[in-house]
Amino acid sequence: MTPETTKAAYVRRGEKDMSGCAIVGVMSEAGRRFPGDIAIRAIGAMHERSNGLGGGFAAYGIYPDRSDQYAFHIMFDHPGAEEATRAYVERHCVIVQDEAIPTRALEVIGPRPILQRYFIDLRPKARERYYGLTEEDIVVRIVMHINCEIEGAFVLSSGKNMGVFKGVGYPEDIGRFFRLDEYEAYSWLAHGRFPTNTTGWWGGAHPFGLLDWAVVHNGEVSSYGINRRYLENYGYHCALHTDTEVIAYLFDLLMRQQSLPLEIAAMAMAAPFWSRIERMGEEARELARTVRIVCGGALLNGPFSIVVGHRGGMIGLNDRTKLRPMVVARHDDLFFIASEEAAVRTVCPTPDHVWHAEGGVPIVGALKEQAVA
Amino acid sequence: MKRIFAREEYCLGCRLCEIHCLVKHSKSKRIIKAFRREQDTAAPACRVEESGRVSFALQCRHCEDARCIEACITGAMHRDPTTGAVICDTERCVGCWSCIMVCPAGAVERGRSRQVASKCDLCMGEDTPVCVMHCPNEALVYEER
Amino acid sequence: MRKWLTQPDFIVERDVARCIGCRVCVRQCANAVHSYDDEDGTILSESDACVGCHRCATLCPTGAIAVKRAPLEFRDNANWTARAIRNVYKQAEGGGVLLAAMGNDQPFPIYWDRMLLNAAQVTNPSIDPLREPMELTTHLGRTPDRVEIEPRPGGGVRLKTRLGPQLKLDIPVMFSAMSYGSISLNASIALARAARAAGTYANTGEGGLHRSIHPYADNMIVQVASGRFGVDADYLNRGAAVEIKIGQGAKPGIGGHLPGEKVDAEVSLTRMIPEGTDALSPAPHHDIYSIEDLKQLVFAIKESTRYEKPVFVKIAAVHNVAAIASGCVHAGADGVVIDGFRGGTGAAPQAIRDHVGIPIELALAAVDTRLREEGIRNHASIIVAGGFRSSADIVKAVAIGADAVYVATAALVAMGCHLCQKCHTGRCNWGIATQDPVLTKRLNPDVAIRRLTNLLRGWSHEIKEMLGGMGINAIESLRGNREHLRGLGLTSGELQALGIKHAGVGA
Repeated sequence: MTPETTKAAYVRRGEKDMSGCAIVGVMSEAGRRFPGDIAIRAIGAMHERSNGLGGGFAAYGIYPDRSDQYAFHIMFDHPGAEEATRAYVERHCVIVQDEAIPTRALEVIGPRPILQRYFIDLRPKARERYYGLTEEDIVVRIVMHINCEIEGAFVLSSGKNMGVFKGVGYPEDIGRFFRLDEYEAYSWLAHGRFPTNTTGWWGGAHPFGLLDWAVVHNGEVSSYGINRRYLENYGYHCALHTDTEVIAYLFDLLMRQQSLPLEIAAMAMAAPFWSRIERMGEEARELARTVRIVCGGALLNGPFSIVVGHRGGMIGLNDRTKLRPMVVARHDDLFFIASEEAAVRTVCPTPDHVWHAEGGVPIVGALKEQAVA
Repeated sequence: MKRIFAREEYCLGCRLCEIHCLVKHSKSKRIIKAFRREQDTAAPACRVEESGRVSFALQCRHCEDARCIEACITGAMHRDPTTGAVICDTERCVGCWSCIMVCPAGAVERGRSRQVASKCDLCMGEDTPVCVMHCPNEALVYEER
Repeated sequence: MRKWLTQPDFIVERDVARCIGCRVCVRQCANAVHSYDDEDGTILSESDACVGCHRCATLCPTGAIAVKRAPLEFRDNANWTARAIRNVYKQAEGGGVLLAAMGNDQPFPIYWDRMLLNAAQVTNPSIDPLREPMELTTHLGRTPDRVEIEPRPGGGVRLKTRLGPQLKLDIPVMFSAMSYGSISLNASIALARAARAAGTYANTGEGGLHRSIHPYADNMIVQVASGRFGVDADYLNRGAAVEIKIGQGAKPGIGGHLPGEKVDAEVSLTRMIPEGTDALSPAPHHDIYSIEDLKQLVFAIKESTRYEKPVFVKIAAVHNVAAIASGCVHAGADGVVIDGFRGGTGAAPQAIRDHVGIPIELALAAVDTRLREEGIRNHASIIVAGGFRSSADIVKAVAIGADAVYVATAALVAMGCHLCQKCHTGRCNWGIATQDPVLTKRLNPDVAIRRLTNLLRGWSHEIKEMLGGMGINAIESLRGNREHLRGLGLTSGELQALGIKHAGVGA
């Protein structure tokens, strides 16, 4: 690693990441697993939307044999960071399996960090120590600790039966680098990045992952400052200075911690205008009013289109005035979300339905019940 | 028709209405010159009545049933057919002062330079009479009631 | 004793070439600066009593009057300024406390002028508020930590959370506490009606709620201060919210005093005190000697209003303001009002006004940060006051973390106040800070309301433009969003206290 591409350099700069981007989400609602080259080809069709400074993927259903363990994808700037992380993780967890993430040597991919994955179980002692927290809360704490406290280490993903693969390069190259054509997933997210600064840190690429959440995002959140402080109220530390990070935490806070249904979480993040709320029926109006007043700090302002992956499927969301593109398509059991229709048609020339997502209205691709054993 | 009404509860007694009325009806229409050179000829048709704390500006009420018109011996005092305002034609006025005697508001005065009646003409040709326009506290309003 | 060392502050000059002798100045000056000499037929201007309120100059139809700073200069002395010397003269003559009015006028740093706002470029489109929706709607009141829902019996979900009482503002600006008594009834009515017209609120101060303001009570925040003037159950229940006033930015730690001459029949009725008696507000509330006592008063008021009104607590910005504000929230306040040291007053000892308290910018930053650290920021709204002059000040305050801003001086200026700082004399030539019927009628509420609503409308447009420029279309996305502020020429200590980065430092 060159000094300027380390986590330390990134943290030292402390600058908020801003970027324009290409995003893709593709899944089989039937739970059929398919290899990653569809996602690679779809994101590759939007090559012009990225500039080679970041690409990444999230894949769901790739570790069926280890689906009970948390799969930690971690990158390290140096072996010392790996040792420190391992020592810390082992205090709270049993590492069931530990291996390097397989990669393919490519000329176009520059200096790379150490990329490891661990399948872990929480130790009963950790549960006892964090009395009152759920298992997932504890995992979030572990991830926060590694990302904030351990120099040179960064957790790319921490969910079960899923993983995030990302780095510096064009997304189609990153996909080949990580040999994603050799994985099979029922749901894929992909991202090509066009950052406006030259940060070349692998952890800064998208998707951003926490637990089962993975977020790819195109846009800039002008409410970032308050979203971040709002999340701090609830114990989240935004170490990365990226919009994607706050979006992931907001989904985690609203949907996992506070158990709000998707429509209500989406209402908090892309709130209906007051003028529309006033025209609603009484019950709907009171709901929307309460959500806006209570969750004002969760409102995402500015132009964005995001796709959020989770084990049950994916959610697409546009800002409420729809300032960024988002196309949705269906074909048989396949469900697509993409920045451009071209991305969909590259891998699925004649989809059954194609439409443009409405601003502020969540688009949902959901795994049919029992689709994945 | 629109008339000027006083809201005595907001009248400051500053008399800017009188001052601007005089200027409007002066020959020069310039305030400093009107006061320096035309005091003998120009007179305000608007007068602030004051007693203790109460004050208000008074001008011709432009009565619907105008006694001054009835009393006028030459027909100089007449109603303007388009605006409805009560106007004195100074070319026909002979200065008999019948109008002054019958005016219930005391709003007609002798002219300063000529022996003719002098009264409010609602600043003919202006959208808003100058007394109303220049009242700093909107204690004069020009409206239909 | 003859006041032989005291020299006038101003000199009134009359341009004889322009003066037409109309005597408007003579009729308008309540301080009798101008007089008409019958014998000579001339107007004399004696500067001694001039307070620099510009009433004469403003109304002079020929612009013949100029009010200038008295040209009598002392020898330069950075320590013994003219103000310091004159103050000693005055006290040597009078032996009393020097009184002053309006806010601190000393050249302390104004941090609003050392902070700059952001705007969106390329990576993020700015928004044109003339073409796109732009929301300034603000709610004030306590909110829960989360929205809770429950299954609906017939399927689906429904809202379980029941929000407490909230004030809805169309613009995050309210008119701060100014009592009827310290200002005229016409001024009070104008503020109440302007608040109604602009979709915001005005505050009664400790002056009670005059019956002519009852029709606008839905837009009034009723204040309970240490003198309890005008307070009864009807008063509390008529208002939209109740504010317990602990302190005032212009005079932290000091009570209030409305001289008996201002307590006429109407003021007496409204304040519920005998006519002609001094209305003395004690320095502390004598039933609040600690935070637990405040909690009792907060809940006594909530009980009296059946938990239907938000209860705010107003404190002056003092050194330990963050901890005090936190205590107020723990004591049940649905909003904390922080009044900075530049906040105005009808009368205060000059020494207190000019030397006690801290700037609202720093106090706000400290309180917002503290409440967030404690995880109770959503339990109470933060309303700030104290010298806000423009829409830019307001936008910056929101970015630091305020829910809404209280303005009083700006409202008075909109109504004609010229900041002559002589409110305590009761001879306000602009008809605002006086009960003299000759003077109060100078403020026509219809005119004042139009001017106040114009000001708020202008500010509203400007706030929307600034928000849109930042790529934000709802005010809550700016609230506490200090990323959109940068300091200029501030020390690292100041930047840290404000919680902002220096200009030139990226995101």
